[in-house]
Amino acid sequence: MTVRYTKEHEWIRIEGAVALVGITDYAQKQLGDIVFVELPAVGTKFAKGAQAAVVESVKAASEVYAPAAGEIVAINGALADNPATVNSAPEGEGWFYKIKLANPADLNDAMDKAAYDAYVGGLH
Amino acid sequence: MTDAPPETLKATPLERLHRALGAKMVPFAGYLMPLHYQGGILAEHNHVRAGAAVFDVSHMGQAAIVGADAASQLETLVPGDIAGLKAGRMRYTFLTNDRGGIVDDLMATRRDDRIGLIVNASRKDIVFPHLARGLKGSARIELYPDRALLALQGPASAAALARLAPLADQLPFMAGADMLVADIACFVTRSGYTGEDGFEISCPAEFAEKLAERLFAMPGVKPAGLGARDSLRLEAGLCLYGQDLDETTTPIEANLAWTVGRRRRAEKNFPGAAVILGQLSEEPRRIRVGIRPEGKAPARAGAGLALPDGTPVGAITSGGFGPTVNGPVAMGYVARNSASPGTLLDAIVRDRPLPARVVPLPFVPHRYHSTR
Repeated sequence: MTVRYTKEHEWIRIEGAVALVGITDYAQKQLGDIVFVELPAVGTKFAKGAQAAVVESVKAASEVYAPAAGEIVAINGALADNPATVNSAPEGEGWFYKIKLANPADLNDAMDKAAYDAYVGGLH
Repeated sequence: MTDAPPETLKATPLERLHRALGAKMVPFAGYLMPLHYQGGILAEHNHVRAGAAVFDVSHMGQAAIVGADAASQLETLVPGDIAGLKAGRMRYTFLTNDRGGIVDDLMATRRDDRIGLIVNASRKDIVFPHLARGLKGSARIELYPDRALLALQGPASAAALARLAPLADQLPFMAGADMLVADIACFVTRSGYTGEDGFEISCPAEFAEKLAERLFAMPGVKPAGLGARDSLRLEAGLCLYGQDLDETTTPIEANLAWTVGRRRRAEKNFPGAAVILGQLSEEPRRIRVGIRPEGKAPARAGAGLALPDGTPVGAITSGGFGPTVNGPVAMGYVARNSASPGTLLDAIVRDRPLPARVVPLPFVPHRYHSTR
């Protein structure tokens, strides 16, 4: 199992041909109190970089992009009633969706944890 | 929010304190202001509804009209009854243009020798010259850029402030008086922008930090930032200039006809009187209403409003998550025949219709101080 990170502050836990996707702890801290998460329908297909979800904090709506092309095979329905789980457990119970990767090489440019931590450390 | 390069942003006298309190600072109306502190917007919002919190609103414009005919001269620029204000009483009114549009919304307070004004930070550069041009005779405007303004808001405000200023709790809602607060000479009004009981305290900038620290030393008083200020005023159904009000919006369209004084309606002698009084008798084509999205997704400013058959009827001007309502809340302008409470509309969010209903404002009942 490998975890990768994007510059858009998503984490991707790769489990063979599928990947679990969510937003990072840094992202949830920047967004603040999360009050609504709009998730894609199971079966939806996305190109890499397409808008796949929307996170609404008290402040603003933020788009979440698909880090890789693929088809949604599961979503975290528990976020409908408890969106604040994204604040309390962003890289665990606060996952967004599971995507069946069309092209695993899409994730070749994603960062590992050390690279992501260094990237975040460089943001003011 | 208006963005500006950091080097051009102004700071309030409390900037050092905000940073010491761990505030997230953001640009707003040309100032660097606290969006929230360490607890976050939700906690600050809830604390104002349950306890008491201090907002730094020193960015707002403080001024006064002075001169023997200050009240009558101000009345040439606003539709509110200013001459009828008793000593120490304040009123919400508007500078209007010849088309009845709102140049700014403001608070006017009858003080001993002047009419005190609080105007929007984002409109100072427009409003102050507008007033200077419009005032005739001996009336003139005085600006107070060297004063800070702190808003203490929430049901526990009165008890907290009474420990520093025993006279404060005697103020009725929408009244103000000079008084010492923690031995600092302040002008205190019982007013605010949250729907709760509370005070706005004006003091010399040099004493702002000391005043804030004395307020924070009172039991249960915490800091709150612009984020909570926005969600609180939205739940209270209060307008934000630049979103809900602008130069193309009249007080009648804004559903604020109550601000146009009876005598002023008869005299018809304020800018835009023909348009405003015409809308009072004929009803405006569009009007501001509360909008309650039926699901959980917030509908924010800019979202279109349409009938279920797709016919556009207006747009949302303020919207978001209401922490006290525990759901999405919004306000916007709709065609008069779609403005009745209960009307089913669609808010167009990310190109998709989101069912919503027209509802009465406010979303959270006002709990202003009552002297009865």
